[in-house]
Amino acid sequence: MLWFCLESDKWSTIRTPKVEQVRLLDRFSNKTTNGTLYLTATHLIFVESISNNSASAGQEIWILHHHIASVEKLSLTTTGCPLVLQCRNFRVVHFVVQRERDCHDIYSSLLRLLQPVSYQELYAFSYNPKQNDQQREEGWQLIDLGAEFERMGVPCDQWQLTDVNRDYKVCETYPRDLYVPITASKPIIVGSSKFRSKGRFPVLTYFYQEKKAAVCRCSQPLSGFSARCLEDESMLQAISKANHNSRFVYVMDTRPKLNALANRAAGKGYENEDNYSNIRFQFVGIENIHVMRTSLQKLLEVIGTRSLSMSDYLVGLESSGWLRHIKAVVDAAIFLTKAVTVEGASVLVHCSDGWDRTAQVCSLGSLLMDPYYRTIKGFMVLIEKDWISFGHKFADRCDQLDGDPKEVSPIFTQFLECVWQLTEQFPQAFEFSEWFLLQIHEHVHSCQYGNFLGNNQRQREELQLRERTHSLWAFLMSERQNYLNPFYSPAYSEAHPVLAPSTLPYNFKFWRNMYHQFDRSMHPRQSILKTILTLRENSRKEEGTLQALESRLQQLGVTPIATSDPPAPPPTRDQRSNSNTLPPRPDSLILGAPINHKEVQRQEEEDEQEEVGEEATESTDTERTVEGSSGTESRKQSYGELEGTYNTELAKEEPAVVSLEFGVARMTC
Amino acid sequence: MPTVEGTLCLTGHHLILSSRQDNTEELWLLHSNIDSIEKRFVGSVGSIIVKCKDLRVIQLDIPGMEECLNIASSIEALSTLDSVSLMYPFFYRPMFEVIEDGWNSFLPEAAFKDLESMTDEWRLSEVNKDFSVCPSYPPLVAVPKDVDDDTLRKVATFRHSGRFPVLSYYHKKNGMVMMRASQPLTGTNGRRCKEDEKLINATLRPGKRGYIIDTRTINVAQQAKARGGGFESEANYPQWRRIHKALERSNVLQESLIKLVEACNDQSHSMDRWLSKLEASNWQTHVKEILTTACLAAQCIDREGASVLVHGTEGTDSTLQVTSLAQIILDPACRTIRGFQGLVEREWLQAGHPFQQRCAQSAYSNSKPRQEAPVFLLFLDCVWQILRQFPCSFEFSESFLVLLFEHAYASQFGTFLGNSTAERAKLSLPEKTVSLWSWVNRPQELERLTNPLYEANSLVIWPSVAPQSLLLWEGVFLRWNRSSKCLDEAYEEMVHIIEYNKELQNKVNTLRRQLAQLETEDPLLQTP
Repeated sequence: MLWFCLESDKWSTIRTPKVEQVRLLDRFSNKTTNGTLYLTATHLIFVESISNNSASAGQEIWILHHHIASVEKLSLTTTGCPLVLQCRNFRVVHFVVQRERDCHDIYSSLLRLLQPVSYQELYAFSYNPKQNDQQREEGWQLIDLGAEFERMGVPCDQWQLTDVNRDYKVCETYPRDLYVPITASKPIIVGSSKFRSKGRFPVLTYFYQEKKAAVCRCSQPLSGFSARCLEDESMLQAISKANHNSRFVYVMDTRPKLNALANRAAGKGYENEDNYSNIRFQFVGIENIHVMRTSLQKLLEVIGTRSLSMSDYLVGLESSGWLRHIKAVVDAAIFLTKAVTVEGASVLVHCSDGWDRTAQVCSLGSLLMDPYYRTIKGFMVLIEKDWISFGHKFADRCDQLDGDPKEVSPIFTQFLECVWQLTEQFPQAFEFSEWFLLQIHEHVHSCQYGNFLGNNQRQREELQLRERTHSLWAFLMSERQNYLNPFYSPAYSEAHPVLAPSTLPYNFKFWRNMYHQFDRSMHPRQSILKTILTLRENSRKEEGTLQALESRLQQLGVTPIATSDPPAPPPTRDQRSNSNTLPPRPDSLILGAPINHKEVQRQEEEDEQEEVGEEATESTDTERTVEGSSGTESRKQSYGELEGTYNTELAKEEPAVVSLEFGVARMTC
Repeated sequence: MPTVEGTLCLTGHHLILSSRQDNTEELWLLHSNIDSIEKRFVGSVGSIIVKCKDLRVIQLDIPGMEECLNIASSIEALSTLDSVSLMYPFFYRPMFEVIEDGWNSFLPEAAFKDLESMTDEWRLSEVNKDFSVCPSYPPLVAVPKDVDDDTLRKVATFRHSGRFPVLSYYHKKNGMVMMRASQPLTGTNGRRCKEDEKLINATLRPGKRGYIIDTRTINVAQQAKARGGGFESEANYPQWRRIHKALERSNVLQESLIKLVEACNDQSHSMDRWLSKLEASNWQTHVKEILTTACLAAQCIDREGASVLVHGTEGTDSTLQVTSLAQIILDPACRTIRGFQGLVEREWLQAGHPFQQRCAQSAYSNSKPRQEAPVFLLFLDCVWQILRQFPCSFEFSESFLVLLFEHAYASQFGTFLGNSTAERAKLSLPEKTVSLWSWVNRPQELERLTNPLYEANSLVIWPSVAPQSLLLWEGVFLRWNRSSKCLDEAYEEMVHIIEYNKELQNKVNTLRRQLAQLETEDPLLQTP
């Protein structure tokens, strides 16, 4: 009932729910598409009009309001009033609305819709995937952090569960259940928490069973220039004592030294090695959220340039610093991993508040150490543990509510990118493919599921997210077929449980599929990943057919010819046998919204057109994809030189094939 | 890099390092593969750092200073042989059975037969049969039917090095053609040649116009006039529209390669340094420009329905990059293994790309570059870029491109020796050496080079030339700098998945046939 009221409330802010004769301009070419713009309570929808060329049906673009980071109304031109939307999933759309009044109406409605002031306005509270309460409840139970610590071997003789934060009294941004050394008594914990920024005292996040080494996390100490805290010193001592393999604990301050020094003036700072016995202190120099935000802005600016030259691209890539930051995070994670797995030392990781860089380094380090986190389920657990439960401020960083723009920063995006960089180096080590990372990124910003809402667990409980929203993990799990990496080898992980990536600079690449997700013209027209997934699906079907044929022949009392051959190599993946059939056309991975019927129809038509032979597509027995086509117009522009052809007759083009919206096309076929 | 201890042995053509243990691989390095060497001494141990044309770097630690110096000077002498006829291909005897002599696999006559089946507007001229009209052309070239040999001779005098316009590609779909030539010798006073105009106009359909793609900027083309060169003026070629592109000349490209390889070998951990060095090398810029120009040529032909003439200065370098890449884009046949060999033969070897000059030195050369330039390597890089974007549309895999790169610079085969057909004939290469194609076109070798993802694609493939879409060709430039084990294993896994699928399909088909046969034999068995 409640959401219904909210909906009607939202409706009232929509002055113009429909605007006709809107043009959509392609970002990198002069291609335009005419259509109608619809504004609903949750989405902005562009529907391409049926053009004169009857063959082209309406393409649709659905943009969730929460995905829109900014709306900009540019000054009026002769053709109309331009409206530019920048989305958090890196989609950029440029509309031209004929009448200025319409444009203004949409603009002001969007402005209001884009600035939700309370969580209840977020899509997650109205999103209903047709599940009953029990199913929803089960979805939330999918990830169990207690079970995860048990899997690591905790509690054990050195580490225990403490109830000190049961009521969020010691630290409100930590979860209720925390693991600390056996010897850390309550007074030590409470004393230590008072000496740590935001009360975030050292707790266990990962336990490397093989060497009994622990990865712990916390925030910076309130040491100022000379303050010390005996409880905090005991706490670190306790962590050290819990590991018999090493006589010392590494303390990794993930900030640049300069930043840490500056913090001392504010009564914060870093551990003084003289006050703490048996620590080894180390700075690793990852920049802060502001630097990261600016860096991504610069990167997006560079790659958004039309007719970008190679030189400007590379110079821009360098000056944005983005890949440098990515490398810094991976380097830090490697340092952590080596300390734990090679030296068998425990490590305490912190930054300022211990919820950004600390989350990046702890989670990435764990992923390098433990093959479990490289599986689909394990990766969900990892995010749930190091990001959600330990209080990465998703609401602030992803700008869920209208808040302080200085709090927004792509920290989690960086983490996903670091993982992607690793998947490029170790194509067999991950159960999931890039699509999984892209989909998680999509939903971290969509506010469609409850998982990432709010800044910490306490807030989530207050919002009753488990009762009132759905869990993303359950949804992703139900579609896990779509996210499998066909090259994944559990045997590889067994042989190489700890990954040792190279961080020479050339190993870091620009993640085109993330930052140009929706710019279809940038992408390869055929995808190896997709082809192989289709083949595997095909094999699965053939296995069934083969069995049926064999039993039919046996019924007839005949020995099947083929079985006299040595049996075919078994499917290489154990999960292959118990996996469900891959739907031939899964729902849109990127939008979470089902593909419109028209779109499917449209693809078929495009395919037919392609037979005429304009562009290449791949084709398989079961399906054809739309990777090809389009781009004729845009590609043409990018090759340049032919504009203003002297002979109009020569230049006459067949009607432009309108590109299917890329995000949908690539992600679903 | 693993360290191997063993015995070093220098033969007339190879540097061999063997650990003298069973089942271990020996290093066999062709002397001609050595680009340069460096010597270093620490105490009594001397080190020779051997830098190869395929970009590999090997360090040999040799005890004893004198011995080290002797070896170094031997290597130096053996790797810088002046006379072509002393090169290894003249001494190499194949250890394999030659199924098909590669020297006869791609003769112009055969290519012309294919053309004849599509059109009768062209003829094969023997005007150059003794290489007197154009020393860098093959004896047989395809020209418009209505243009006689005398006209060709006159045109040849009007084109740089006699490279008169010849057919490069016929686009079956719409009958448009791509021709290539060298620059016209208009000079400062705007010389014209009616025969030249007649020749290229003869390739236009009535009422149609064409494009001339000059691979030089307008400024460079203007400057060429002072040296007797030039370009086709609008006044004299009213049916043609000229487009200037900025493809670089050989010495610039060579420098670019040297800088790129230096950047790739830099072990520094600074991201900024890497990116700025990569940028400063300009290599990726060249890739982008060449691809863009090729796309433009292809676009004129396929999209605008216009014929195209491509040339730069000599017409032996950037011109060939453009014409050959345009064919990769337009013609599915060029994307097969054999078709690609044919393309390399036609558009590079027979078209007179001076391989011997261009590939005399690679990225580690200390000497001042003379004629060296990675023109062919850039072409291969561009093909690789298209392959990356259309991974299922090529019959060959990346390894074929890497193989061609290696053999263009150092080889036991005679294919890439010499600078033109005339030179190859003079050296009697077909008689005295083995063709690379003879070796490649054997089942076991073809299997190694085949792309398991290949599915014939009859369409035109338009690559993206945005900088974000172009990648560094790691298979060549980072090949020796990092282990490719993980990538190779993933590749094997992919092959495995594909083969498993094929096997299953075969079995299903066999059983279907078996069942069908039973059912026809005994109609009672038919399922109700």
